[in-house]
Amino acid sequence: MSMTLAEKIIAQAAGQGSVRAGEIVTCAVDLAMIHDSGGPRRVKPVLERLGVKVWDAKKVVVISDHYVPAVDQQSAAILKLTRDWVKDQEIEGFYDQQGICHVVLPERGHLKPGMFVVGGDSHSPTGGAFGCYMFGVGATDMAGVLVTGETWIRVPETIRIDWSGTLPHGSSAKDMMLKLCATLGMDGGDYQAVEYTGSTIAGLSMTERMTMSNMAAELGAQAGLIAADGTTADYIRAAGADPDEGTAFAGDEDAAYRVVHKFDATALGPQVAAPDSPANSGPVEDADDTPVDQCYIGACTGAKLEDLHMAAEVLGGRKVASGTRLLLAPASTRVTAAAAADGTLAKLTEAGAILMPSGCGACAGYGAGVLAEGETCMASTARNFKGRMGARSSKVYLGSPYTVAATAVRGRVADPRPFLAENRP
Amino acid sequence: MSGKAWKYGDNVDTDLLAPGAYMKGPVEELAKHCLEAIDLEFAPNVQPGDVIVAGRNFGIGSSREQAAEVLVLLGVKAVIAKSFGGIFYRNAFNLGLLALVADAEADIEAGHELDLDPASGTITNTTTGARIAAEPVPEHLRRIVAAGGLVPYLEQKLEKHS
Repeated sequence: MSMTLAEKIIAQAAGQGSVRAGEIVTCAVDLAMIHDSGGPRRVKPVLERLGVKVWDAKKVVVISDHYVPAVDQQSAAILKLTRDWVKDQEIEGFYDQQGICHVVLPERGHLKPGMFVVGGDSHSPTGGAFGCYMFGVGATDMAGVLVTGETWIRVPETIRIDWSGTLPHGSSAKDMMLKLCATLGMDGGDYQAVEYTGSTIAGLSMTERMTMSNMAAELGAQAGLIAADGTTADYIRAAGADPDEGTAFAGDEDAAYRVVHKFDATALGPQVAAPDSPANSGPVEDADDTPVDQCYIGACTGAKLEDLHMAAEVLGGRKVASGTRLLLAPASTRVTAAAAADGTLAKLTEAGAILMPSGCGACAGYGAGVLAEGETCMASTARNFKGRMGARSSKVYLGSPYTVAATAVRGRVADPRPFLAENRP
Repeated sequence: MSGKAWKYGDNVDTDLLAPGAYMKGPVEELAKHCLEAIDLEFAPNVQPGDVIVAGRNFGIGSSREQAAEVLVLLGVKAVIAKSFGGIFYRNAFNLGLLALVADAEADIEAGHELDLDPASGTITNTTTGARIAAEPVPEHLRRIVAAGGLVPYLEQKLEKHS
């Protein structure tokens, strides 16, 4: 029986030969990931009420990334509770302030193709870039996973999104996703699985693929899958794990897809989402010249090493405009170290970027870098909901790291392409 | 069950329901800021038994289940929406909040009194007399809501068996 990639992974997790979209099955969870905000502080009371410990400490990864570093007694207490709980539960997979969970998890070799993974965060579809079925749940559902090692799922239909052609210089996965949000809407994914296919996807690096899968959340999809290939295996090996331990499924050509959308990458220019929705996106020209108070390169979506490379390509040898501030929060401590080693960090800080700790930080209004009433920010993050980055009247525009960097140089929303063209000798 | 309607549009997101700036504090404090970015009147004035009526994609965004929990704490009995964000929909029932799928915006204005029958999927606007069809809520989900959420529901079941 022909199956989609999603159906194959779910069938394996359900211990069945096959599954069909629409059917509700119970799956064994290969890995559960939780963070400091929705994790121990929420699930500990439930486990205590039920008088049980986690089902398998080796299959649980805990990552403190939301309230890091502590800025007051409340955040300090949350981080301490997380540390104490991890010790109590004998969980070895614990990363304390090492970066954002969606980036740290694959970086440390926890994801392999074919795994069924549940994350306690809405950007958990990021793991789909590795050929895993990974999706986000709330803390009560997660408590159920931690107690039983299982969860129920309605087998999703698959919405296939096929991209062909090579992206022009100055455009990136972020621009592809903003284009998809504008075209399909924030409920275009309908809590089904999105699967990205085509020559453009095959040519993307793992970090760019992670941006695609990450923002499947903004399409309202449960998961954002990309079948594993040689690029995936190389990344996993570099992370110190063995890709061959996984099952690199691919969807069957004649599988039943709900719909196949086709997009052409060759003519895609930089896209910008205006406030207050990622679906409110259009070509950068539409937002051109909007003055900004702050630029932010951060978050799981927009501060991986390659994102920093894009920003440095624009900012190298240039300066952040006076009256505008550029905050830089690399997605993980390893990203910071790699960017320091290859000279990227120096290019960015010499341009005037203010280096911040790795964490969810300003993106969700949790940490340092929030906006005052009436302020405007251009960010490489995934969401620009009303008031998300601070005061209720603050505004957030979304763009690629190239576009955020160009905007920082001009102090106004700017197209990065003229800067990139200028760089050419 | 009956209550007064509060009406919002499409794409009411989790950051509006549970603003990030208050997430690290007690959930009772967070509840005071529910929806304040779009409606300063809601949190101080909502009454036990009231109902939210919205359009497409209610509860999109974060997996934070406090987005549903604050509504429960404020006494909201149900959210009626044309569609829900997938994670929020599961969180709502897990926290004891009734989520009803119905295209009800045209037949309900803010302040109208509503009577809900989740078993049959019937919404009655007692102010106008209009009846609106919602998707019926299966019995096991109604039991979870009646118990006050999945955890108390499981506790009740465990007690019965012991």
